[in-house]
Amino acid sequence: MKFGVVIFPGSNCDYDTFFVLKEVLGQETTFLWHKDHNLENVNCVILPGGFSYGDYLRSGAIAKFSPLMQEVREFAAKGGLVLGICNGFQVLLELGLLPGAMLRNKNLKFLCEFVHLRVENAKTRFTHKARQRQILRIPIAHFDGNYFAPPELLRELEKNNQIVLRYVDEKGEATEEANVNGSVSNIAGLINKTGNVMGMMPHPERASEALLGSTDGRMIFKSLIERL
Amino acid sequence: MKVRILVSFKESVLDPQGQTVKNALHTLGYHFIKDVRQGKVFEVELEGVSKTEAQKLIPEIADKVLANPIIEKFSWQVLKEEEKVR
Repeated sequence: MKFGVVIFPGSNCDYDTFFVLKEVLGQETTFLWHKDHNLENVNCVILPGGFSYGDYLRSGAIAKFSPLMQEVREFAAKGGLVLGICNGFQVLLELGLLPGAMLRNKNLKFLCEFVHLRVENAKTRFTHKARQRQILRIPIAHFDGNYFAPPELLRELEKNNQIVLRYVDEKGEATEEANVNGSVSNIAGLINKTGNVMGMMPHPERASEALLGSTDGRMIFKSLIERL
Repeated sequence: MKVRILVSFKESVLDPQGQTVKNALHTLGYHFIKDVRQGKVFEVELEGVSKTEAQKLIPEIADKVLANPIIEKFSWQVLKEEEKVR
């Protein structure tokens, strides 16, 4: 499995993600520069967290026009695996590779904390190493993570099992209190209809070593590595 | 030609920033404020396009770049017509 971690100007979780894939999980990993047109034959593209292009205009709005993203669009159309983490998720929404949009957090605060997530769909390429409804403890760090989908889209997401992760409390209940950023239906992670593009606001790369307080994030990367 | 493009949230989308501004105004005693919606303004200078062309191009760039049509709507107006070169 060869991973490619994209670097935009303003990415800041690129090295963390690279470190986890290469050093912690021992995978062949390379950086991909936003201005290039070359995906270097990777099997999975990861759009890392950060503030691409300073989050000017809207989070992820400028990054979608970078040369490499045109390649990523084609790669995804051919079934290539793409994972967007935090700002990467926002880029995927702006690109239209995932449906919906992000709004500012409901309390207007930048949220940087551990949250509990429930795996709503453990049959995806990104989550098959988890149990259905398993509870994960992974941190978030974002300003614009308030996921919005119009009612008809939300129904479609439910129907197609595209909601992969939800914000829950310690007991695994999707309460309003646990929904820290105000996302519709507590949505923390989504997958596309064809199952090869996923976006998630929480940072699995920040929860892949015991030293950092949790290893629950490894499940995502291990699912990608071990295939379905 | 100079145009002004206004981008704001659709009515169906909650605008927490606008709400916060409204609450602040209420705190200051301006209770006649019924609602506040916050948006973005772009003042754009165009070169070498006619008004007719602008009518096609401005909505195009607004839809493609300036606004996210899932959550935002836009409107625009001409601020200054193209000066005629003699």
